[in-house]
Amino acid sequence: MAERQTIDARGAFCPGPLMELIAALKLAQIGDEIEVLSSDKGSVNDIPAWVTKVGHANVGTTEKDGYWSVVVKKAK
Amino acid sequence: MSKTILIVGGGLAGTIVANGLCRQLGSELRTGAVNITMLGTTETHMYQPGLLYVPFGKIREAELFREQRKVLDRRVNFFVDPAKHIDVEKNQVATEHGRTIKYDYLVLATGSRIMPQNIPGMKEAGHWFYDLDGARKLRDAISNFQGGKIIVNVNAPHKCPVAPLEVTLMMHEYLKAHGLWEKSEITYTYPIGRLHALEPVAHWAKPEFDRIGIKYETFFNTESVDPEKKTIKSMEGVELPFDLLITIPPHAGAEVIDASGLGKGGWVPTNPKTLHRDGSTNVFVCGDTTNIPISKAGSTAHFEADVLIDNLVSLVTEGRFARDYDGKVFCFIETGLNSGTYVWFNYTTPPNPGPPSQMIHWFKLAYNRLYWLSARGLL
Ligand SMILES: Cc1cc2nc3c(=O)[nH]c(=O)nc-3n(C[C@H](O)[C@H](O)[C@H](O)COP(=O)(O)OP(=O)(O)OC[C@H]3O[C@@H](n4cnc5c(N)ncnc54)[C@H](O)[C@@H]3O)c2cc1C
Repeated sequence: MAERQTIDARGAFCPGPLMELIAALKLAQIGDEIEVLSSDKGSVNDIPAWVTKVGHANVGTTEKDGYWSVVVKKAK
Repeated sequence: MSKTILIVGGGLAGTIVANGLCRQLGSELRTGAVNITMLGTTETHMYQPGLLYVPFGKIREAELFREQRKVLDRRVNFFVDPAKHIDVEKNQVATEHGRTIKYDYLVLATGSRIMPQNIPGMKEAGHWFYDLDGARKLRDAISNFQGGKIIVNVNAPHKCPVAPLEVTLMMHEYLKAHGLWEKSEITYTYPIGRLHALEPVAHWAKPEFDRIGIKYETFFNTESVDPEKKTIKSMEGVELPFDLLITIPPHAGAEVIDASGLGKGGWVPTNPKTLHRDGSTNVFVCGDTTNIPISKAGSTAHFEADVLIDNLVSLVTEGRFARDYDGKVFCFIETGLNSGTYVWFNYTTPPNPGPPSQMIHWFKLAYNRLYWLSARGLL
């Protein structure tokens, strides 16, 4: 069963949203979705670019009230 | 009935919590209203930050260790008997040596450990300094090094966010001092798009690396290492050759956490403010083993432990909660063998390091000695 997990990385200066996502993907199963909440615009741009580069799937980025939700699916 | 506070893990977080509770619950301990029990894995307590100095022969191994019973307040019932299964429904912990300990309050402080075996070829071809055996082997490799390509390879997740930068800068100074820098090259690899997770530290490190000639490869997440060809490959498709590979391997939490169904990878889902294990009211989590998205560092463990002590004391004596953890982290950063800087931040204040100075390096060295006071709860 594919799972969905949320990492609330708002206000997380170190290690930050992308590093948290990288660590979480290592523990996830193929098909699992990970939602990262981030208040850092830089990582909101970095995450989809990195996800495409390493061959996972971008499900979507939504702007919320002062932060973003970035959803990624483990594809390999 | 005496209330039992059980602490699993006798590293930095567990030790500060145990000693702090003893100091504040003196009369409850005297009357037997409360007892404090700790489960650990060894008789000795290792000062982990000291491992950074081992590969360069800058610390004697004996300086890394103290007897845990001497670091702990003697009112703590300390057992060298690792937890085997933690049952948060039944409020009890079963140990390797067959004990079953019931608790009223549980503190999970089992830390994190390196997992080089999670990357194919890494265990065979890599060197590291995050445990003593690895640090000794790296010391030998460095003293036999006659020049060539060095890679400092950082993997997520890992504790002590600054150690990879520190070892790179210390390696550079070592090579210069030994007349090997002209014959060598250092490449630092990092998982995300800059040289350090902390933006201001990354901004400081980049011109510094450019100035001294250290190469770097960002967005580098290790896929595998080829011990025969001596190459390391990233998921992003970059392959680099090396003569000496120094890795900060990916970490996991303790096995007992995963085995007890308390968190994937050994990371316990934890409330970032109250430090409660999600779903429990009498189980708290402290130090590296939380899943809170902040640095896994001794200072994090220390600030969390201070909050936990106040809350446990208030709960035991007055049945109320005292205060929240504000996410504070503080790190000294060695910027060479003779200079240093520091940085702090919390959930709402971004980090902002000052310029490196020799003075701060001496502070860090002094702090290395002060570690034992802080573990004993005297700082
Ligand atoms: C090379 C290096 C350099 C570092 N430098 C710094 C620095 O400069 N500044 C800084 O702030 N931090 C630094 N750190 C990080 C710091 O040491 C850790 O973040 C800190 O020790 C975390 O404390 P902890 O109590 O969570 O984990 P630990 O101190 O690792 O303690 C966890 C304990 O739990 C025990 N345990 C595990 N499983 C069980 C079980 N089943 N039953 C009972 N006990 C168990 C372990 O044996 C261990 O003793 C460094 C770490 C390393 C390796």
